[in-house]
Amino acid sequence: MVREFTCIMCPQGCDIRVELAEDQGKNGKILQISGNKCPKGKEYVTQEIINPVRNIATSILVEGGELPLASVRLTKPVPKARIFDVMAEIRRIHVPAPVMEGEIVIHDCLGLGSDVMVTKTVEKENSRSL
Amino acid sequence: MKQVDVVIIGGGPAGLAAAIQLYQKGVTNILILEREKKLGGILRQCIHDGFGLTRFGETLSGPEYASRFVRQVEELKIPYLTDTTVLELTRERMVYASSAVHGFLEIQAKAVVLAMGCRERTRGAISIPGTRPSGVYTAGVAQAYINLKNKMVGKEVIILGSGDIGMIMARRMTLEGAHVQGVFEIQPYPSGLPRNIEQCLHDYQIPLYLSHSVTEIKGTDRLESVVISQVDEHLNPIPGTEKEYPCDTLILSVGLIPENELTWMAGAREDQGTKGAAVDEFYQTTVPGIFAAGNVLHVHDLVDFVSLEAERLADGAARFVQEGDLPGSGLKVQGDGMVGQLVPTRFSGQEDVTVSFRVRRPVKNCTIMICQGEKTVKQVKRAKALPAEMIQIPLRAADLKQEGDLEVKVVW
Repeated sequence: MVREFTCIMCPQGCDIRVELAEDQGKNGKILQISGNKCPKGKEYVTQEIINPVRNIATSILVEGGELPLASVRLTKPVPKARIFDVMAEIRRIHVPAPVMEGEIVIHDCLGLGSDVMVTKTVEKENSRSL
Repeated sequence: MKQVDVVIIGGGPAGLAAAIQLYQKGVTNILILEREKKLGGILRQCIHDGFGLTRFGETLSGPEYASRFVRQVEELKIPYLTDTTVLELTRERMVYASSAVHGFLEIQAKAVVLAMGCRERTRGAISIPGTRPSGVYTAGVAQAYINLKNKMVGKEVIILGSGDIGMIMARRMTLEGAHVQGVFEIQPYPSGLPRNIEQCLHDYQIPLYLSHSVTEIKGTDRLESVVISQVDEHLNPIPGTEKEYPCDTLILSVGLIPENELTWMAGAREDQGTKGAAVDEFYQTTVPGIFAAGNVLHVHDLVDFVSLEAERLADGAARFVQEGDLPGSGLKVQGDGMVGQLVPTRFSGQEDVTVSFRVRRPVKNCTIMICQGEKTVKQVKRAKALPAEMIQIPLRAADLKQEGDLEVKVVW
């Protein structure tokens, strides 16, 4: 069986072809991987076949900040099937300003081994921070 | 009147990278002018990750990518003014600006760096017939509402245009609970990057329809539905293919245009291919001492390339300030029929040149040839070339001659 993937590890977006042994209608052993320009492509398709994972970016509410939101992302990708569960967890968070880039607002989100990290500093509303 | 060596107009990725590189080249009397309240430009609202792989070797969100540069600007104490809008720029490099804190400013610069970025094409630019209800947004405006203002723009969403921002907003709105019915692209090929089709559309089962366009907008106060038609090879709607989609939100991701009002005010010549200024290999416009890089020059798909381009610009601008001149760029750069958005348009033949362009349509297994007269300066093979992707090819001065135009060809 042959499966084709578009690698998402970098903007090149390699078209990767994977030959798989068939095992009772399910994905079996990987026989051959071709089309990837770097080792990341191989890692990506291998992970895609076992259990696809993704990072997500969203935001959390900030009280009394210069902006109503601070952007966040995960420190490690999580299984694709759990993305909406993780979104629901993140949606519950709100923090008082200031909040700093790099701050962890959820440790080990849903036990998935990934933290939710702030990616933008949001100062208190009236502090001038030129 | 204030006098500085370099005024940088725009504190986004291009302006910040140019400022830091100028400083490191010894040009420290510089001033960045930014019209928003904070430095960082459009990256502040691009909260998704994937930035920085080329420039930093790791994947960052937009705000993190910007803050690496902002932090450096702060550490080097490079002067900047936010809340400051440039009103006028002259050929003699006089900059007139209005600042929230300092009032009216008159600045004489030895060199000016244009780093104003680009703006989105709107409904008006593509002339969609119909009523004018609320609920029609450009992708970047929807992104600003959602990521900066905490305002959700709608629930039932149609996206017109397969630009990267449109696809990224398809995912973002889905994560925030909206239902994105589909992305409709008038061209027979996607205009965004393959990885975004994969991770923004396929991951969330959002269909992508090629050769389709919105042909009518309906609704009185709020958008109620759009009519979508298939288009033929001349991009004209095919009668009888109309289908009506009830929706409350239409997101437009139909292209970006360099924002060049100040550039033309200063008298720089436009390049018809890029809609930005015509520049040489130093990113100098046709007005001596006025330089341009980043999306104001030509629309990029990756911010990493914006930063790198602005750093190359700074090398030339620093020389201009320190030596008072740059080698004359009398030779032309031209492309064949497959080559669009070519930068630069002229060069000196004495210096390294980075040639950037996009193919006009997707091609597989092609060879890019760059020739000067009879000589092939460089030849690059590619498994695929897509209009979504800017192609950049560095040429070394040692391989160039001081006579003969450059020609860029795509053969397959």
